[in-house]
Amino acid sequence: MAERVLMKGNEAIAEAAIRAGCRHYFGYPITPQTEIAAYMAKKMPKIGGVFLQAESEVASINMVYGAAAAGMRVMTSSSSPGISLKAEGLSYIAGSDVPALVVNVQRGGPGLGGIQPSQSDYFQATKGGGHGDYRMIVLAPASVQEMASLTIKGFNLADKYLMTSMILADGTIGQMMEPISFEDAEIETYEKPWALTGTNCERKHNIVNSLYLQPDELEKKNFERYERYKIVEENEQMWEEYMMEDAEICVVAFGIASRVAKNAVVAARKEGIKAGLIRPITLWPFPKKAMEAAADKVKHFISVELSMGQMIEDVRLYSGCKKPVTLCNRCGGMIPSPDQVLESIRQAQKGAC
Amino acid sequence: MMEHKRLTLFAGHYGSGKTNIAVNYALYLAREGKKVCIADLDIVNPYFRTKDSAKVLEQAGIDLISPQYANSNVDLPALPAESYRLVRDKSVCGIMDIGGDDRGAYALGRFVPDILAENDYRMVFVANCCRPLTRTPEDALEIMREIEGACGLKFTCIVNNSNLAEETDAEVIIGSMDYINKLCKLSGLPLWLHTAERSVAETLPELNAPVLAMDLQEKYFALPEGGSKLCQR
Repeated sequence: MAERVLMKGNEAIAEAAIRAGCRHYFGYPITPQTEIAAYMAKKMPKIGGVFLQAESEVASINMVYGAAAAGMRVMTSSSSPGISLKAEGLSYIAGSDVPALVVNVQRGGPGLGGIQPSQSDYFQATKGGGHGDYRMIVLAPASVQEMASLTIKGFNLADKYLMTSMILADGTIGQMMEPISFEDAEIETYEKPWALTGTNCERKHNIVNSLYLQPDELEKKNFERYERYKIVEENEQMWEEYMMEDAEICVVAFGIASRVAKNAVVAARKEGIKAGLIRPITLWPFPKKAMEAAADKVKHFISVELSMGQMIEDVRLYSGCKKPVTLCNRCGGMIPSPDQVLESIRQAQKGAC
Repeated sequence: MMEHKRLTLFAGHYGSGKTNIAVNYALYLAREGKKVCIADLDIVNPYFRTKDSAKVLEQAGIDLISPQYANSNVDLPALPAESYRLVRDKSVCGIMDIGGDDRGAYALGRFVPDILAENDYRMVFVANCCRPLTRTPEDALEIMREIEGACGLKFTCIVNNSNLAEETDAEVIIGSMDYINKLCKLSGLPLWLHTAERSVAETLPELNAPVLAMDLQEKYFALPEGGSKLCQR
């Protein structure tokens, strides 16, 4: 049996990053993700890595940009308000086509908000946040084990597609403790001939840059980038299906909301309601293939979120508005109860019958 | 089962289980008919506090001293002046739940002169061999020394709280014996207790120290088992 350890979600991210070969961490403390930085501070000096607490979030994301340009596996982490501060750097990293891993352990917002869990940065993560045309691969863990496995996956995908992978977690999964193992981790490595590693006067120097003053050249860069994004959309959609074989009511939820939703699905089945769950694991690319298949089979979708309803727009979009979609939500740091989700399922069932 | 000291201080690595043990030990002493006071001195983590158990402590007649901002979501590491009550009032069995690692232990420093003057205390290192940063006895010893350096008080004994949360069984605890014995040898400290969730405690054979049977808080967001299909396309 694989060796089991007891970890907090935040610690699992840090340990997984180290195992994935990350030796450069730049961050700035903010609740509820500070354990990531604390873990890195403890471990990096012992393994010849860099832990650096920058003077601000803006500084730390630009340090990530620099280390990424040098071909390093590099990461930063923060929580909602801190990610807003990093948005400019995220856009520069995208515009320079370098790989990085960014973690957002979300808390309630907007503004300074609170320190309790939230999923209200869905738009920010999947639709932009920074300026310009760009995408990030957005991974949504629903357990401490997935905090680890998706961190490793995130590094692999970032290197493969030369873009930022974002782990979009929340305060609950960041803080909760569960037993996990690291044995199955598949760590991929990629050549980085574009990296700024010094020429030794043996090759033409590389340039990493997001400034293109000639519009035709900038347009070409964007076209090329979107060709790459298209490949990601075609190949990297990930999701979990639960009791979807004969489902009439399809609950869609990610992260901590999916754990509540799963229990509600079990409760609904006990009442004879054919409920099922689709849990997007990649929020971008959104699991369009799962939604399209479900839209032809089910009678009703319910989007369960810790926000005022952000993912619901993608549920409607990717199910082609073929079936009604309703929202079941709490926000501001509150979490829906299984009973609240169950009641939404019952209401949907009434409408569907 | 366990001879008690006037003061019992629980310190250790972040997430090693200090609060659970402090609360359960307080309840144990209360059941033994002692007048118990427990103080939350955690200045590190705004979540998972002694105050989460306020109701059960109150029902057991245990006096809880908790920071004003505990469980208020105000992430402010301030301790109340009444924390001194526990040190000064020698008629109570006092329990201190100290924050994780050396950072958490700084808060204990100001009470140390009183604690040493009275000299009727147990300074307990809580160890869990399943935690990644205390995976080896050497790692645990390093954290032990850092805590002692931060608060200026030496540990006097060790509690074996090795566990894998809901996956803990007798095997996990028995499997931790080598680790805990080595930590005792390295540090020169005696093993005071093992801990186990009540149902697991009942399955344990005779061990080299008493077992504190613990009641743990309900796990939220548990997942139904099986039936899931993971897809990538």
